[in-house]
Amino acid sequence: MAHGGAAQGAADGQGIGAPMPRKEDDRYMRGRGQYVGDIKLPGMLEVAFLRSPLAHARIRSIRIPDAIRARVLVNADLEGVKPIRADTSLPGFKSSVQPALAVGKVRFVGELIALCAAPSRAEAEDMLSEIEIDFEPLPAVVDMLAARRPESPLVHEPWGDNLFLTTFVDADFEAAKAKAAYSVTKELVTSRQAMCPLEGRGVIAEWSSRKGQLVVTTSTQQPHIVRSGLAECLGLSEEQIRVISPDVGGGFGYKGILLPEEVALGFATRRLGRPLRWLEDRREGLTANANCREHHYLLTAYADADGRLLALDCEATVDSGAYSAYPFSACLEAGQIGSILPGLYDFPHYRCKVHSVATNKPPILPYRGVARTGVCFALEVTLDALARRIGIEPNELRFKSLVQPHQMPFDNIAKRHFDSGDYPKALRMAIEAVGHDAVRARQRRGEPDGRRIGIGYAMYAEQAGHGTSVYAAWGIPFVPGFEQAQARFTPDGGLELRIGAHSHGQGMETTLSQVAHEILGVPHDRIRLVHGDTGETPYSTGTWGSRSMIMSGGAVGAACDALAERVMSIGAALLQARRPDVRLEKGFVVGPSSRISVGDIARTWYRRPQDLPPDVDPGGLELTAGYKARRDTGTFSYAAHAAVVAVDPETGEVEILDYVVVEDGGVLVNPLIVDGQVYGGCAQGIGTALYEEMAFDANGQPQGSTLSDYMLPGPGEVPDVRILHLETPSPYTRWGQKGVGEGGAIAPPAAITNAVNDALKDLGAELAISPITPRRVVAALDQAGKGKAA
Amino acid sequence: MKAAAFAYRRAESLGEAVSLLARNPDAKVMAGGQTLGPMLNLRLAQPAEIVDITRIPELGATSEAADGVTLGALVTHAAIEDGLAPDPTRGFLARVARGIAYRAVRTRGTVGGSLAHADPAADWLSCLTALGAEVSIVGPGGRRRVPLQGFVRGPLDTDLAAGEILCAVHLPAFSAAASFGYVKFCRKDGEFADAIGAALADPSRGIFRLAASTTAGAPIVIEAHQPFALEAIPALLDEAGSPGDGYERRLRATILKRATTEAMGS
Repeated sequence: MAHGGAAQGAADGQGIGAPMPRKEDDRYMRGRGQYVGDIKLPGMLEVAFLRSPLAHARIRSIRIPDAIRARVLVNADLEGVKPIRADTSLPGFKSSVQPALAVGKVRFVGELIALCAAPSRAEAEDMLSEIEIDFEPLPAVVDMLAARRPESPLVHEPWGDNLFLTTFVDADFEAAKAKAAYSVTKELVTSRQAMCPLEGRGVIAEWSSRKGQLVVTTSTQQPHIVRSGLAECLGLSEEQIRVISPDVGGGFGYKGILLPEEVALGFATRRLGRPLRWLEDRREGLTANANCREHHYLLTAYADADGRLLALDCEATVDSGAYSAYPFSACLEAGQIGSILPGLYDFPHYRCKVHSVATNKPPILPYRGVARTGVCFALEVTLDALARRIGIEPNELRFKSLVQPHQMPFDNIAKRHFDSGDYPKALRMAIEAVGHDAVRARQRRGEPDGRRIGIGYAMYAEQAGHGTSVYAAWGIPFVPGFEQAQARFTPDGGLELRIGAHSHGQGMETTLSQVAHEILGVPHDRIRLVHGDTGETPYSTGTWGSRSMIMSGGAVGAACDALAERVMSIGAALLQARRPDVRLEKGFVVGPSSRISVGDIARTWYRRPQDLPPDVDPGGLELTAGYKARRDTGTFSYAAHAAVVAVDPETGEVEILDYVVVEDGGVLVNPLIVDGQVYGGCAQGIGTALYEEMAFDANGQPQGSTLSDYMLPGPGEVPDVRILHLETPSPYTRWGQKGVGEGGAIAPPAAITNAVNDALKDLGAELAISPITPRRVVAALDQAGKGKAA
Repeated sequence: MKAAAFAYRRAESLGEAVSLLARNPDAKVMAGGQTLGPMLNLRLAQPAEIVDITRIPELGATSEAADGVTLGALVTHAAIEDGLAPDPTRGFLARVARGIAYRAVRTRGTVGGSLAHADPAADWLSCLTALGAEVSIVGPGGRRRVPLQGFVRGPLDTDLAAGEILCAVHLPAFSAAASFGYVKFCRKDGEFADAIGAALADPSRGIFRLAASTTAGAPIVIEAHQPFALEAIPALLDEAGSPGDGYERRLRATILKRATTEAMGS
C-alpha cells in the first residue's frame, strides 16, 4: 500500500495497518490506570450535590442551618459566575440559560441546587438532608409530543412554546406522490436511554496560588473545550485555567460536555480555600445526567412500481430535555436528522421536518452514534416494512436503491458528500456471511421449541472527522479548524507526541505511535503520547465524532513529516552527503555510503550542537504542525449489519443467534483496535435494541436509579459478533483512513428489530420501538391477534 | 451514595447476637451483605447498628440425617453451587445456585440472608418453598421451626419478629424417584427474575408441589397428590389469586408450565 509523505520510516509491519496490541492495555488490564477517583490531594474535601427532587418547580426559599452554612454553596453564593449557554446560529434557535446551581426554578429531577463539601462523601451526603427547600410544584412537561401542543406548560417561559428549534428540508417532495406505486407509514420511537461508561464523571478543582491557576482534573474527552467553557462561566482568562483529563473510563459522548458540576467546583474551590472533588455515583449518572437517544418519527416511505425507493417524508421529534448542553447544543441530534435520514440510498424526492423540544428531563447528550442510531432505526425498519408491502425481500429494495460504487464520490439528496465505498458489496458480503438462504430454510422448517426465527439487516453511513465548513454553518460554541500535534525528539533519541484530543479506549497511544513509526521508524517503546492536559498539549476540540484517527492522526503525520525533513537535513550534513541523496529508513538516515540513526541525530542536536551544520533549522527537533483533510465534509465509513434472532412468542424473549458486521472504515490503521471499536459499539447497540430504557412517570420522575432497574446487556447477552472488513480508502485523508468509532452502536437496533419483525411477520406483528422488551413483543402479538379476530 | 453512619458489632455467638439485637431495636443483622450493603449505600436502610453474624460458627454448619438436610443460614450460594454443602436433590440445588446473580454475589450471599430478606424475585424463596423446606428461627423467646411456606408475608416482610434471627434451613429427604424443575425468566443473566417456576414431583411420597414467584410477596404454591395436567396450571394459578396484569399472569403460567414439564415430563 502506498502512503504519501516525505518519509517511509518503517517497512517492518509495525506502522499503518499493523494489528498491534494496545500499549495502554498493560496499565488498564492490571488496574494501574489513574482515574479521577484515584487522585487525592492534601486537604481535599469531597462534594455531594443537593439535586432537585422535582421535575418542574419554583424555588420559594432555601434554608441552610448555620452549622453547615460555611461548607454549602447555592446560586446566590456564585458571585460573578455566568450560566452555561450553548447556542447555535441556526435561524430560530431559542437559547436556554443553565445556571451551575439552580436559581428561581428547577427544570428536571436531579438539577443541581446546592454544593456541600465535607471531609468524606458520606458526611457531605449527611449535610444534604439538613437543607430545607420550599418548592412550588409546577406541572411537568414530560412527553415531547404533548410539549409541542400550544396548551402545554412551558419549560422556559420567555420562549412562548417548548421548541428549541424546528428545521425543515424539502427536495421536490410533492412530485413523488404521482409516481409512487407503494407507500408505508410508520410511527417509530427510540426510548430515552442513559449512557453507562464504566467510570462515571468526576472532577477535582484546586486553585494553585503558585501558578495563579485554577487546575481542574476532570473525566473529559475534550479538556480544551472544558477550559474555554470554564473561562466563559467563571470570568477567568483561559491562561488562568488548566484542565487535565487523566485516564478516562469510557466517554461515548457523555464526557464531551461542560458540566455544571465543573463550574460549581471551579468556583467553590477558591471560595472554600480547599481542593474539592466530586465523584458522580451511578445513581446520579442514571437519574440526572447521562440521558440520550429519545426520538420520535412519523415516516412515510414511497417506492415506484419497480420496487425502488422513491421518496421519504418525515416528521421527527427529539426530546432535548431542559437545557442546551455545552458545546454541542440541544440541536445536535435534531439538527442532523434531516441530513442523515436518506441513509445510503439514492432517491429523488424528500421532505423532513424536525422539532427539537424542551421538556422537564435532563438535557439529551451525545451518545456514540449520536442521531444516527435513531435515524438508522427509523429508516431501515420502515424500508423493511415497505418491502413487505411490495412483497419483496427487503434487501431487494436495498439493492435497487443503494448508491452504486460507480457514482462515488456522491452528493446525496441531503447534500451529504459520500467520499468512497461499495455499498452493495458490503450488503452482499453480509448476506453471504450470515448464510441468508440457510436461515430462510431453517425458518421454513420451524423450531422444535416453538420459537420463531427471523433475519434482519440494516445499513448506515457514519460521517466522521467533519470539520470547519460543517460546524461553521451550525454555529455552536466551537468550530474545529486545523488539528495540531507536537512532535519532539528527546536528547536520547526518544519521541514525544502531544495532541489536544484525548484517548480513552480508542487506543491512540498505540495508533499514533504507529503513525509516527511509519514515518520516522522510531521503535514503539521509544514513542510516547502525551494527551489530556491543556498545559502540555496544543489546542484541540477534543475526541468526538469519530475524528481522532483522521485529525490527530493527520496532525501527528504532518508533525512527523516535518521532523523527518529536519532529521534528514541534519543527517545529510553529518554524513557529508547532499540532502537529495539521503533517505529515512527504519530509524536511520541512509546516505550513499553510510548511515546514522535518528537517535544519534537527536543527541547531536541537543548535546553536541558544535557538530551541526551552520544552516541547520534553528527550530530543531521539536515542532508543532497542523492538519486538515483535503476536503472537510468528513469521511463516510459504512456497514451492513445482519442479525438472526429467535423470538419466543409465549414470553416475548428475543435471543440473538448470530450477528454479522461488514464494515468499511477505509484504510485501517490498526485492525485489532477497529474490531474492538465495532464489537464494543455493537454491545451498546444491542443495549439500545433490547434492554436500555430510562422511563419517566407523568411527573417527570426517572423510573430507574440503579443498574438493577436500568438494564444493560452483559456478557451473556452480547453474541460473538462476526466482523468482516472492506477497505476502500477515503480520497480525502492522509492514509485513506476513515473514522470508525461509533458505527457499531448505530445499526443493531434497526437490524435486530428487522429480524424480530421478520420472525413475527406471519403472525402479523410488527415492532417499531426500541428497546424491544418481552412485554412489547407479547403486546404486539396480542394486537395482531385482535386485528385478525376483528 | 454512601451509607449513613451506623455502629458495627460483630457477634461471636448466637446468644450474643440475640442479646445485641434485643438491646437495640434499631439494629439490623448482616450476613453476606449482598442486599443490605447496597441498601445501606442508597440510604434505603439506615439502621443505628449492624450486627455482623458471619463469625458465628454454628450458623455456617451443615448436617445430614435420614429425614433430611440442615443448612446453616450462612451457607453461601457458591458453597451450594460448588457442592460443598449436602444436597438431598442430587444436584438440583447446585443448578439453582448457579443461576443466582453473579459469582461475586454468590461467594458472599447466604441462603439464610436471602430467605430473611424475602425479595419476591429471589431464587431460594420459590425453589425451597416448592421443596417443602422449613426454617429455624432463634430469638429472645427461644428457638422455633416453621415451614417456609407461610414464612413470607409480603415483599421484604416475613414472620421474623423483632430480635429474631433465621439460623438454619431444613430440607426434607426426597425419594429416589423424585424429580425437580426450575425455570426462571430474566431479561438478563444474573438479574432479578420476572418470573420463577419451581416444581417438585416425588411420586413415592405422593407429593407434587409447584411454586411460582409473584411480586406480591410469597410465591404461589399449588400442591397435589398426583401429577399436574399442564393445561390446568393457568387456571390453578388464577384460582390461587395470581396477581399482576395480563402479561405477568401469562408469563407466570408459561414459566410454571415449563418448570412442571421439566420435573414431570410433558
